[in-house]
Amino acid sequence: MTVTDETEVSMALDVAAVRSDFPILTRDVAGVPLAYLDSANTSQKPRAVVDAISDHLLRHNANVARAMHTLGAEATGAFEAARAKVAAFVGAARPEEIVFTKNASEALNLAAHTLGAGLRPGDEIVVSVMEHHSNIVPWQLLAQRTGATLRWFDITAEGRLDLDRARAEGLVNERTRIVSLTWVSNVLGTVNPVARIAGWAHAVGATMVVDGSQGVPHLPTSVAELGADLLAFTGHKMLGPTGIGALWGRYELLASLPPFLGGGEMIEVVRMDGSTYAPPPHRFEAGTPPIAEAVGLGAAVDYLTALGMDAVAAHEREITEHLLTGLSQTPGVRLLGPADLDDRGGAVSFTLTTADGFEVHPHDVMQLLDSRGVAVRGGHHCARPLHDRLGIATSTRASSHAYTTTAEVDRLLDALAYTRDFFGGAR
Amino acid sequence: MSMEQLYQDIILEHYKLKSHSGRREPFGAEVHHVNPSCGDEVTLRVDLADGRVRDVSYDGVGCAISQASTSIMSDLVIGQPVADALRLHDEFLALMQSQGKSEPDEDVLGDAVAFVGVSQLPARVKCALLGWSAFKDATLRATAEEDE
Repeated sequence: MTVTDETEVSMALDVAAVRSDFPILTRDVAGVPLAYLDSANTSQKPRAVVDAISDHLLRHNANVARAMHTLGAEATGAFEAARAKVAAFVGAARPEEIVFTKNASEALNLAAHTLGAGLRPGDEIVVSVMEHHSNIVPWQLLAQRTGATLRWFDITAEGRLDLDRARAEGLVNERTRIVSLTWVSNVLGTVNPVARIAGWAHAVGATMVVDGSQGVPHLPTSVAELGADLLAFTGHKMLGPTGIGALWGRYELLASLPPFLGGGEMIEVVRMDGSTYAPPPHRFEAGTPPIAEAVGLGAAVDYLTALGMDAVAAHEREITEHLLTGLSQTPGVRLLGPADLDDRGGAVSFTLTTADGFEVHPHDVMQLLDSRGVAVRGGHHCARPLHDRLGIATSTRASSHAYTTTAEVDRLLDALAYTRDFFGGAR
Repeated sequence: MSMEQLYQDIILEHYKLKSHSGRREPFGAEVHHVNPSCGDEVTLRVDLADGRVRDVSYDGVGCAISQASTSIMSDLVIGQPVADALRLHDEFLALMQSQGKSEPDEDVLGDAVAFVGVSQLPARVKCALLGWSAFKDATLRATAEEDE
């Protein structure tokens, strides 16, 4: 066996073994085994994550940073160890570059509030039309507060950022203060050339914010390679619990930013005539944080690291290929987003039309798939501007993670044909 | 519940038929209702005359449940005295809130009894109610306009 072969063997994911760590995947829905294809919405949790949370709450629970007793030291140690694990997972230079938030939305709001403190009329903020609402609305609010202008990247017919048009329009220019882009689209699956856009942003002195919600859970992450200044992501999409997310930031940048929420934990000295603030990350973590949730996220990161993110990404690529091929061979399906695997993530959205030309609404698709045990998401996926841009109201989305099988994809494809014929009068 | 019980033939027929769709003049009030979670929308007009519902017209996008429900609603209320039409709304609302426990009266609700299965699915109840809620809202506004 050559070295290359050994690498390939060690890279391959044992899906059956992975699935055995997720008890929920053995349950029935509607009398048939569950086929969970909604991981872009939220991922399932391995037993190790649930056990870590349970163990923490049952054996080590105390408040962090202020309780001086043994349990307080254990809880603080567990919380800060989780921070270090998450930092290592994204390639941060030091644990203090990770700010814990309750989710990616809060992380992006934190970024908008603190980065935006100095914005003035005439300044420009750049996003894209493919963003999740959580990477649009905080910037709209910031623009309203400061008089800054919000601009955005358009997309090409293939569902990629329209870089030519952006260049022609001078989208990123000397007035640009902030560029905030998703790494991987939650609808189209497009992997954006973040490092390249970060180069544009940095060339004009702007700060590069990246929404990593659909990237960090699925791809090996290096903040240095991404070229980001701030990276937001959330725990529940990466096998961790809800209620915990993170904002990674370059330490010098974080240290230059004002506080976000005020309260306990984020202060240095409080006097009635004024206060000073803690250094990052605690400056941005007012109040008692989600401690057990952070411990759970640490366990999720351990689990993913043990699988190997290269192996996770390779597995999801295989699933996505199977899904793209199957959908392209299913009459009535119109795929949104790139049809090939180049720079493509695992979220695959589509519309479904009956033989008599009726577009089946995603909620009806979802209902029929659910009756066959297949869980997908239907709607605008919190990306209504993107759907407007595509000229459709809503779509159906299938998405995968490390535990997804090609057999589950096949069940989706069968159920889609059934749904199409059901609404096409052939039931 | 089977999908055939949920999506009864009458629902699929009205989904494609969309009775009385397309916004028309004249009208006493126009409202726009949305389900923010799913993106279903309806813009609905009501025209009242002599204490009756003279016309209901609308444009909408949404699932089979919401579109068919709006279509059936318009068939049921057009031509009815306003008070009777609003009572129908209340009857339908009660059916939707019954969690499948109610035995709807077809003599009262007509084709709208086909939505009895929807009442067992909390996530879809708001789909079935979208057009009805818009109708009630528009009717109350049109009534207020007439009173002024």
